[in-house]
Amino acid sequence: MKIVVLPKQTFDTEAKITLDAAGKINREGVNLIMNPYDEFAVEEALRLKEKHGGEVTVVSFGGPKVPDILRQALAMGADKAVHVGDEGLEEIDEHTTATILAKLLRDLEYDLILAGWRAIDDGSAQVAGRVAEILGLPMVNMVIKLDIAEGKAVASREIEGGYEVVEVPLPAVITAQKGLNEPRYPTMKGIMQAKKKPMQKLTIADLGLGGEEVAPKVRARRYYLPSPRSQGKIITGEPAEAAAELVRLLREEAKVV
Amino acid sequence: MPYQLTDEQIMMRDTVRRLAQNEFAPRAVEIDRQHRFPRENIQRMAELGLMGIPIPEEWGGAGCDFLSYIIAVEEISRACASTGVILAVHTSLACFALLQFGTQEQKERYLRRLASGEWLGAYALTEANAGSDPANLSTTARLEGDYYIVNGSKLFITSAGEADLYVTFVRTSPGSRHKGISCLLVERDTPGFTVGKIEEKMGLHGDPTGELIFDNARVPRANLLGAEGEGFKIAMSLLDGGRIGIGAQALGIAQAAFDVALDYAKKRVQFGRPIAEFQAIQFMLADMATRIDAARLLVYRAARLKDMGLPHSKEASMAKLFATDTAMQVTTDAVQILGGYGYCKEYPVERYMRDAKVTQIYEGTNQIQRLVIARHLLK
Repeated sequence: MKIVVLPKQTFDTEAKITLDAAGKINREGVNLIMNPYDEFAVEEALRLKEKHGGEVTVVSFGGPKVPDILRQALAMGADKAVHVGDEGLEEIDEHTTATILAKLLRDLEYDLILAGWRAIDDGSAQVAGRVAEILGLPMVNMVIKLDIAEGKAVASREIEGGYEVVEVPLPAVITAQKGLNEPRYPTMKGIMQAKKKPMQKLTIADLGLGGEEVAPKVRARRYYLPSPRSQGKIITGEPAEAAAELVRLLREEAKVV
Repeated sequence: MPYQLTDEQIMMRDTVRRLAQNEFAPRAVEIDRQHRFPRENIQRMAELGLMGIPIPEEWGGAGCDFLSYIIAVEEISRACASTGVILAVHTSLACFALLQFGTQEQKERYLRRLASGEWLGAYALTEANAGSDPANLSTTARLEGDYYIVNGSKLFITSAGEADLYVTFVRTSPGSRHKGISCLLVERDTPGFTVGKIEEKMGLHGDPTGELIFDNARVPRANLLGAEGEGFKIAMSLLDGGRIGIGAQALGIAQAAFDVALDYAKKRVQFGRPIAEFQAIQFMLADMATRIDAARLLVYRAARLKDMGLPHSKEASMAKLFATDTAMQVTTDAVQILGGYGYCKEYPVERYMRDAKVTQIYEGTNQIQRLVIARHLLK
């Protein structure tokens, strides 16, 4: 069974978000990690490989530090990696990323494509769905349990008030939700072996893409940070009077009751 | 001296950091309070191949360099200093004793089990009257047929009772100071070998430190490590690596204390602003960070020299001396910055301060380190 996983490199969950002079998100000195939802996807791919045999390929599009997360996936147990660099692309959107990944996937063999259901940075939750659409594949998102048998995937997902079990034919795109599994840490041996595993570096031109095909269709006009929370107000006085004042403020100032 | 870590070293550091912060740090408080051996941490480290990081793969280790191991001790000690010292003694002293001096059979029998984490190793040199002066040790071993008959006791032994193999130094010829010392590999269930009193210590409560008692203990002759009379040489040659390990442990404790102090100083408001805005606190933080950085450079340098096969005895002593003095200074300052809260168990800095103290004492007191450094200078 051949599985391709599409991890993305994101800011560390504890990174402090700031804006630079041009009003863009400041990437200077920020610790980068594998998007945690994508870690679930990598882990699930490895478990399926351990159960059914096969091969796990990790593919990511992005800047020069992307090989770090690909090496992490290789150290966890993936077999090979492909990094498509973002050289020459000033602005990208989900269309750009999905177009590039789908183009690359056309050249790969796969029975299953796995990804996190969203990235923790922009949270748009679009790329896996767009890839499925471009490739004409069925997709199940936010999966918390996955079984593969006889050319089919049976996936459980949380829905309002309960669970839904979905069956799709392979190949398919499945996105991982928290709860699917507990990702492993790479072992020391895994880390040492990772550098011997193949990591291919491609450019967008290598894929025969460029210009309008990968130009973003959506442009962010402005980023701004939430305003700092203002200080709380303490109402003094006798309890009965203070309660009455609290209700008055909730009604007239906060307008919540 | 190259300063940059390799991709593998960085990934190893990040992996160990995640493991230690997510799993070991939350447990460290309870381990300290209950004086409980962190068996589950040892188990996890074994699963991830951390119990034999610098041991070649052919012996069940991970086959990484010594610096990778040192970084792992640092990161683990940052979360739980007890787990850090257990790993450091197991690797630097027990595993390396076998790697450097073991016969093929001894390596087959013991190193493989140690490096894979199936067994835990300990190192038994110190006695009641042989601390900084180990050549004065008086535990005896007398050959009788195929067995050494061992009598005497050892003191302050890390992982006492929990370890499966004890690299034990004994006197095989009386009255000849260091020339009469030999090294024996003693299994936990050796007849006549028992664990005595476990000490109540100021810190490192997760690591049982105690007495080993040998009462006509029968150790197979095949468990002699090196030749008879080579024990003192073996003990001393292992200590350089051991000292770098303790330097790394101290570094981890210092970093943990600094992290808490910095975070607290930014949040604690007095006189209407965070105390980090006061120069008195800023200067303390600046000194702490500078000392930690300098300690890290010394510890990593010593590890690199060892990896390159170059002399590193003086540098190991310098690293141990400076990093452990740094840990004591930084943890004391962290308690000071947290004030009354720092003195209470609600915050972890009082534990860091208790844990830091022993790093100035064991693996050669810092007075002995200065002596070693001076000897190199005056050579």
